[in-house]
Amino acid sequence: MLLYIMEFAELIKTPRVDGVVLHRPFMPTVEGTLCLTGHHLILSSRQDNTEELWLLHSNIDSIEKRFVGSLGHITVKCKDLRVIQLEITGMEECLNIASSIEALSTLDLVSLMYPFFYRPMFEVIEDGWNSFLPQNAFKDLESMTDEWRLSEVNKDFSLCPSYPPLVAVPKDFDDETLKKVATFRHGGRFPVLSYYHKKNGMVMMRAGQPLTGTNGRRCKEDEKLINATLRPGKRGYIIDTRAINVAQQAKARGGGFELEANYPQWRRIHKAIERYNVLQESLIKLVEACNDQSHSMDRWLSKLEASNWQTNVKEILTTACLAAQCIDREGASVLVHGTEGTDSTLQVTSLAQIILDPGCRTVKGFQSLVEREWLQAGHPFQQRCAQSAFSNSKPRHEAPVFLLFLDCVWQILRQFPCSFEFNESFLVLLFEHAYASQFGTFLGNSAAERARLCLPEKTVSLWSWVNRPQELERLTNPLYEPNSLVIWPSVAPQSLLLWEGVFLRWNRSSKCLDEAYEEMVHIIEYNKELQTKVNSLRRQLAQLETEDPLLHTP
Amino acid sequence: QKYYHYVHLFLQVEQVRLLDRFSNKSVHGTLYLTATHLIFILHHHIASVEKLSLTTSGCPLVIQCRNFRVVHFVIQRERDCHDVYSSLLRLLRPVCYEELYAFSYNPKQNDQQREEGWQLIDLGAEFERMGVPCDQWQLTDVNRDYKVCETYPRDLYVPVTASKPIIVGSSKFRSKGRFPVLTYFYQEKKAAVCRCSQPLSGFSARCLEDESMLQAISKANHNSRFLYVMDTRPKLNALANRAAGKGYENEDNYSNIRFQFVGIENIHVMRSSLQKLLEVTGTRSLSMSDYLVGLESSGWLRHIKAIVDAAVFLTRAVTVEGASVLVHCSDGWDRTAQVCALGALLMDPYYRTIKGFMVLIEKDWISFGHKFADRCDQLDGDPKEVSPIFTQFLECVWQLTEQFPQAFEFSEWFLLQIHEHVHSCQYGNFLGNNQRQREELQLRERTHSLWAFLMSEKRNHLNPFYSPAYSEAHPVLEPSTLPYHFKFWRSMYHQFDRSMHPRQSILKTILTLKENSRKAESTLQALESVSTLLHIPPATSRLPHSGSEEDEQEEVGEEATESTDTERTVEGSSGTESRKQSYGELEGTYNSDLVKEEPAVVSLEFGVARMTC
Repeated sequence: MLLYIMEFAELIKTPRVDGVVLHRPFMPTVEGTLCLTGHHLILSSRQDNTEELWLLHSNIDSIEKRFVGSLGHITVKCKDLRVIQLEITGMEECLNIASSIEALSTLDLVSLMYPFFYRPMFEVIEDGWNSFLPQNAFKDLESMTDEWRLSEVNKDFSLCPSYPPLVAVPKDFDDETLKKVATFRHGGRFPVLSYYHKKNGMVMMRAGQPLTGTNGRRCKEDEKLINATLRPGKRGYIIDTRAINVAQQAKARGGGFELEANYPQWRRIHKAIERYNVLQESLIKLVEACNDQSHSMDRWLSKLEASNWQTNVKEILTTACLAAQCIDREGASVLVHGTEGTDSTLQVTSLAQIILDPGCRTVKGFQSLVEREWLQAGHPFQQRCAQSAFSNSKPRHEAPVFLLFLDCVWQILRQFPCSFEFNESFLVLLFEHAYASQFGTFLGNSAAERARLCLPEKTVSLWSWVNRPQELERLTNPLYEPNSLVIWPSVAPQSLLLWEGVFLRWNRSSKCLDEAYEEMVHIIEYNKELQTKVNSLRRQLAQLETEDPLLHTP
Repeated sequence: QKYYHYVHLFLQVEQVRLLDRFSNKSVHGTLYLTATHLIFILHHHIASVEKLSLTTSGCPLVIQCRNFRVVHFVIQRERDCHDVYSSLLRLLRPVCYEELYAFSYNPKQNDQQREEGWQLIDLGAEFERMGVPCDQWQLTDVNRDYKVCETYPRDLYVPVTASKPIIVGSSKFRSKGRFPVLTYFYQEKKAAVCRCSQPLSGFSARCLEDESMLQAISKANHNSRFLYVMDTRPKLNALANRAAGKGYENEDNYSNIRFQFVGIENIHVMRSSLQKLLEVTGTRSLSMSDYLVGLESSGWLRHIKAIVDAAVFLTRAVTVEGASVLVHCSDGWDRTAQVCALGALLMDPYYRTIKGFMVLIEKDWISFGHKFADRCDQLDGDPKEVSPIFTQFLECVWQLTEQFPQAFEFSEWFLLQIHEHVHSCQYGNFLGNNQRQREELQLRERTHSLWAFLMSEKRNHLNPFYSPAYSEAHPVLEPSTLPYHFKFWRSMYHQFDRSMHPRQSILKTILTLKENSRKAESTLQALESVSTLLHIPPATSRLPHSGSEEDEQEEVGEEATESTDTERTVEGSSGTESRKQSYGELEGTYNSDLVKEEPAVVSLEFGVARMTC
């Protein structure tokens, strides 16, 4: 540990500069002292009532510096899409600060990340690392059906490095069969249970693509396994998240898709969800469009269109609706996969659950969904969220896959504003923490990596912090009324909006909207208060009536 | 169905299928045609009727309404279809005003009630509220008999220094005689917003009276040495007008004016822009990309932004610089009305209240002669005169309500309701092209006023987030006009495509809650007075929870829901209905299922509920 701290010290050439001016959009300018620590950029001023700036280095996506005489300007662009400016007098100080920020924000050694150094200043009521254990989730499933079992076949992560140690599989298939199936699926991701629809017993499974290759390899065990999830005489749907031609091309690289001849009880549907590298480009273009301050409507609309972001939202949401439709309306089981089964597949399976399962629309239920369908399911968060929209480097594995999922959830939330226990702030919070956080939850790329890093022992879980009354109050939706029904969102382009809370968050003053939200909370609370008073008075009167017969009016 | 009793039935066709335009949904029913309604679709709402070629299931009939409803019928027998089609064509093109619904509409009110309805808005009182007449502005009787300008109202306000010869001379130098008059007075800075039509300047003509008129307006404001002249047209259009002997003010001839073009397009551009927009948004299975490209190429939001930009310019000139502004376009009844009205709305919180908004429309649109009859195609007129100018104004207001959710007393339902009735011709307010014509038609005696009706329905049009304190703190609104602040107004252009709207409405939920609170307050008061009588100490003793508590609460809730449920619903009300749209390639399987599940009456009733009153 000491060694690491030494290392930080080496990177920080100038730890402190006075007289630095901070510019932030829609906020007053602050002048103060800039301090660099191993993990933070801090600007504090001695004036009262001015907000200090605490910025995690890991939140910094890119920086730019320029000089006007000896006055240096550093533009800091953050992963949460905020852009701030620092004015530093003195060329040397400015250059030192800039190069330190650059170095500190691009450290890629996981064990140097802030979560390993962060000590909570709050009381942990419930340790988030234990809140969503697979064995507990499985208990709920057991109460509904006995057709599935928890397998430990992957307990040392050897069969599938991106799967958790425990997975739910059809009861009648032993671990030996699973091992055979794993060899036939991309990344060893054999079909596992993603969701059980209590209403009709239909299931949603997910997997990696089958490794059919060009010569149409098949795997009897794989065929049997997925057939076993069908009810007698019923058909199922395989939702391939790639366009048919993309899936065809995958054959040349050893991948492929399920041939109808080999899976006669399954109907395959191809939906074109973009692959992760394309999505990154889309994010960059969208953010660029949102930061364009030109007053031309045509330019804005054409840039918005060219970014394809809204198209991606629509495609993902449509595919999720389709999966949900197959399960709920068709009474059919569904298998979802793309190529690796760690990106578009998870978008679809998790969104379908939001639509189908009211439980996922609660705060805890949504956390559990993120835990199950994203963290445990092996979405490579560390790779995908290494850089955001302002990065100058060529993207390798970066992609806003999770952000798109959150965007889709927000779209559904907009359409059913009373059916979610959480509000938009919760979704924004998850976006922020996926990219930069003091908590260990989103570190690493898989359950295996997290186990190796000993995250539960060495870091604090985001859920530990969120699930405290003071945080929950800020994140809960005052309009929430449990809605036990399936909710079908509209996917018409006219119904899908740009998520301003993320993409225009720093480009507009949210004061008016925030005040209106406060007013709404006030109206709801006032109503509750009144109802309580009325009821208590009524009860008192009723009691008096029974006590004193003279009060009975003739 | 109450209509059947006293309305003559033209035509009745059984076994008609009504198709949903975005899904494969359809319902069966009977189609009725009366003199004024097609199963309660007012004929006046109908913009066009189209008979498509025969298909196996019957003969399709597509009706496009002016409130952006599109109805797609399938009628089994072609003969019936043709009957409906030709009857409709005959019915929806009245040749004289007396055929319009307003003249037969009878809300069961007596003459006194009707008269009171018309007296609700008093423009004389409105100018008084602004502080006019005053030492610089006076009421002139020059147009008492519509002699100087027949498209202006009788009562006009001009600078005290503007003599009759100046006024008359100026009017002769202005298109249609529409000389500069006061429309809004910003008391705080004594700055005036005036309006007129373009000058007949041609390439070099000038008019001393007109120059004096502008000088008088300028001099009436001691806060500023100059007067802004805003020509709301694109410069090219104004230049082209010079060839026809019209044009714009030459800065050299007028002392102390600052001339400014703001570039709002003309009625023809706006008409085709809306047409393009509707074409795009009416496409089935529209892709996101086609939607955004279509939105851009229609230019609609660009035009909306141009109007708001102009209003912001006007507002800044008046409230920040304290300068007076003269606004005009060509005739001064379209763009000028848009900009003056929107500017006043930004400057004066009164116009953001329900009553104030009615006054604003009455003043800048109705009295100053926006040609509602022509623009909304009330009679069988020139299709080139039709244009969605007023709709654009309502949309601009909606865009502002999105940026300032607490600044307006009314919600978008109010705007939609006004739009509805501008086209329904059910009330007299918007009939005709100007005040003179309205007097000739004796509308106040023969028809009812929309404002009275809307006032009686006020509760349904309230914005629950409205805060008078906010208006006090921010009397002048300063909207951002960056492009991303302008959104497609789904509630207007897809008003009737229910599947596109949120299934739960925050607006409606909060309105209901507020209503509940209001009721609970009075219950509480009643209960408290009873308990004071009985000398119970005020609610201190907490009693254990009993089962009855929830029941009671529920009762209150249901009651209130019912009372608002009978009113209009724009955004679907509950999340309980499942959306039967196809998300992909499972078609076929669904159709059979749909027909079986959907009862015919429900959807039809929904469709018409909002049209009738």
